[in-house]
Parts: sequence; structure tokens; C-alpha cells
Amino acid sequence: MAAVVTSLKQKQIAQLAEKGKRLDGRGLEDYREFKIEQGLIEKAEGSARVLLGKTEVLVGIKIETGEPFPDTPNEGVMTVNAELVPIASASFEPGPPDEKSIELARIVDRGIRESKAIDTEKLVIEPGKKVFIVFVDVYVLNHDGNLIDASALAAVAALQNTKMSNYEVEDGEMKVKSGYTPLPMKKNPITITFAKIGDKLIVDPCLDEEQVMDARLSMAIDDNGNICAIQKGGTGYFKPEEILTVSKLAKDKAKEMRKKLGW
Amino acid sequence: MNQKPEKLIDKKGIRLDGRKADELRPLKLEVGILSNADGSAYIEHGKNKILAAVFGPKEVHPKHMALQDRMVLKCRYHMAPFSVQERKSPAPSRREIELSKVIRESLEPAIFMEYYPRTMADIFIEVLQADGGTRCASITAAALAMADSGIPMRDLVVACAAGKADDTIVLDLMDEEDKLGSADVPIAMMPNLNAVTLLQMDGILNHEEFETAVNLAIEGCKKIYTIQKEALKAKYVNAKGEEAEE
Repeated sequence: MAAVVTSLKQKQIAQLAEKGKRLDGRGLEDYREFKIEQGLIEKAEGSARVLLGKTEVLVGIKIETGEPFPDTPNEGVMTVNAELVPIASASFEPGPPDEKSIELARIVDRGIRESKAIDTEKLVIEPGKKVFIVFVDVYVLNHDGNLIDASALAAVAALQNTKMSNYEVEDGEMKVKSGYTPLPMKKNPITITFAKIGDKLIVDPCLDEEQVMDARLSMAIDDNGNICAIQKGGTGYFKPEEILTVSKLAKDKAKEMRKKLGW
Repeated sequence: MNQKPEKLIDKKGIRLDGRKADELRPLKLEVGILSNADGSAYIEHGKNKILAAVFGPKEVHPKHMALQDRMVLKCRYHMAPFSVQERKSPAPSRREIELSKVIRESLEPAIFMEYYPRTMADIFIEVLQADGGTRCASITAAALAMADSGIPMRDLVVACAAGKADDTIVLDLMDEEDKLGSADVPIAMMPNLNAVTLLQMDGILNHEEFETAVNLAIEGCKKIYTIQKEALKAKYVNAKGEEAEE
């Protein structure tokens, strides 16, 4: 059934795009309205919920202590996991993460990691032995397209919201003190995704558009307008000049969003 | 653990392995080296040693996965436990699962999927030794294996990375540059159609550097494409055509 709807919609979406229009009335380069709420999960060290159109993503941050990686003894650890929970879409199934959710988690991870968003050097308790581990858990609550941008946005917003208990080290023992300090952050990357439909590029695809798109291209842009992560997806291709167009548009779009967000 | 080199590029612009900024590593490609696969290829790219095999078109398993209008393509990128410095667990890592997906998506645009409805093809990639840029070398080999299997394709797919080592944009990063460099931009393309089918990046690049890296990687792809086509010809141009004679 989905295939029939898709092929009918494909024609309609492609025809609209040709005229510079979209199903939901947006222009090709219009981002959907979005809303961010921070700190709604009290038991988590940090949390944020992003509404992007009807797409809804909740990110919770948990912080634990553990060993650093042997090649980075003076840095804390960050790990991203994504769950496409079955309540979010009829197409999501319970079970271990599939390639879709692993890819999503790894794209979010790369945006944060490569932009050096978290000041991981400040997460060391005892060099080479004990560091803080920041768990970023992406929970997709409703799927209406562009999970990548919504998840990346929610992850950074949740990190900004993260508070760590104060502590002191006495004779190698870690003791929690009263009060909190915010998680040390250096950058706030923003990820922008474009979908290619026919020979048109559209920003922030909704689910209908994702189902008919040829391919997508996501770029994470840091505070200075540099690109820090890219992922192409889908079974279509991009012309080299389209890639450069996307990188320019993504930079502009990120700047615009940064202004709106006050980041 | 080796000592970290202070600089990846010396004053004369020569890289750790003696290459210039826009120079590829030595490349060797062979087609049709596995007798049980429908198509196969082997690549040595720098110290990368990778085998790719294609099985198909064949019956879809499980059956309900079958598509009425096209073939189902599956891909598994897998690293041997001994392929890297520290033993890698043979269980598929999250990285391998992601790479399997992006490699599959880089090859699919080249294949006439609609010619084989209700069938599937498996692409198996085994990295025997890794030396930076395994996803690119895997794609180059897998495209050859696909062509060797006889499944019709619009073009071969060829891949190469560019990146930033110290302050220079360089072609075809090897292990140290991949790990210590400041950016990596792997690209796969169908050179005849000028179509990019894989693009990823990590690290930090400004717009101009990114453009330079993309163009350099595309140049690299085109150079490898020549070698790739020769490898395919080497098997088929001089083949006696035993099957045809029978």
C-alpha cells in the first residue's frame, strides 16, 4: 500500500517542487517551525525535546564515571545512542538498533564530536584512570521526517541543559559535594539536511518527501560556519555542483537558525 | 603503539609515506578471484587488502522481503579480527553496520535494480588488512565484483578520499593521516555520469577547503577509475570465452 501512495505522491511532490512549491505550503528552502524545551526529565542530568513540524525527538543525558579510552587518557568520553521506538511510527519495530538508528546515532555523534562541542578535557577526574562518560540517548517519539536535524538539535540542546554534581577527590576517592556545574561546552553545532527530489534541493524534508526523495545530504555546521560532519544517504546521487550548493545553503540556513535559537 | 609523528607533511610538502599532496597510494586490482562467488574482486590500496564478492541475482530470503518491481540489494562490510593493530571483535560493530549501509547506497544508483524484480543480491566485503580509507577501497572493489557478476550497471562506482593533514588538503589519506589529520572527506562516484553516490565528512573544514577537497577527491576517483576499468578488461578482453564456445 505504501508503495502505491508513494508513487502517486512522488509525481505530485516532484511537480510541486518543479514550481518551487511543497505539499505543506513551504518554499524549497523553508525550514519547518521548531520548538525546543529543555530540562523536562528531572532524573536525567540533562534533557531536551525538539518539535520540528510533527517530528518529535527527546534526548536525555546521563553521566557516569568510567575509564577513558587508552588513546585519549586526558579526555572524558561521549557516546550517542538512538532508539527508534515503536510509538513513533508504524514502520518502527521493537528490538536491537537497526542500521537506520545506528546511522542516526552516528551522524548525531559526529556532529558533536567533530565540532568539539563538549570540552572533554574538563571531564577528567584522574588522568588515564577515571573520567566522566556522557551518555546521549536520542529517543524518537514521533516520525514526520528529518530525524537527523531534529535529533542533532535536541542532543545539543540537552547537552546545554546538562548539570553535573560538584565533586572533590580525596585520597583517590571521589566525593560528591552539594551544588551543580553545567557541562563544559565549547561549540553548538547545527545540522541541516537537504533532500534531492528530481533536480530540486529542498531543506528539512517531511516524511512524505523523504519517502520519494532520491537522496539526502546532511551537514553539521559549527559556530564559525565551518563544516564539521557530512552524511549522504539514500539510493540516489548528487552532482558535484549540487554538493557545493548544499554546503553553501547549509551554512546560510545554520546561521539563520543560530540567530533564532540565540546560540 | 607507534610514536605520534610531529608533522604529517614536511617542509617540502612530502607526506610521511613519501607522497605529494595530490598523489594516490599504489593500487592493485584483480577481478574474478573467488571461484564460488558470482562476481568477485580484490583490491590492494596502500596497505589495505580487501576482498569483495557478489552472490546473485538469487531467490529472496526471507521471501516476504521481496520487492515486486526491483531487486533487493544487501551489503555486509566486515573487518577481519587481525586486520587492525588491536584485535577487532568479529561481531559487527556499529561502525561496520553504518558502513555497510552507506556502501550499499553508494553502489545501488549504478545497478539496474528494476531488471531483476523479486530477486536479491548479496555483496560481501572482507577487509583483510586496514590502512585508512577502507570504505573507499571496498566500494572500488565491490563495484568490480558487481560488474564481474554480470548484473548490468550504468557505470562502475569508484571511491577515494581527500582530507586535511596539517594545513594542506591531501588526496587519499592513509592510516596516520586519517587518525591524526583534521578532516576526512570520502567520496564515491560514477565518473561517466559525474554523479556522487557517497559523501561523508568528519573533521573541520571551511567552505573553500571543502570545495578543494571535493574536487581533489573527484580527481582521485577518476584516476582510480582508469585502473579499475583496466582490471575489468584484464579478465574479459583476453578471456577465451569457454562458455560461448561450448
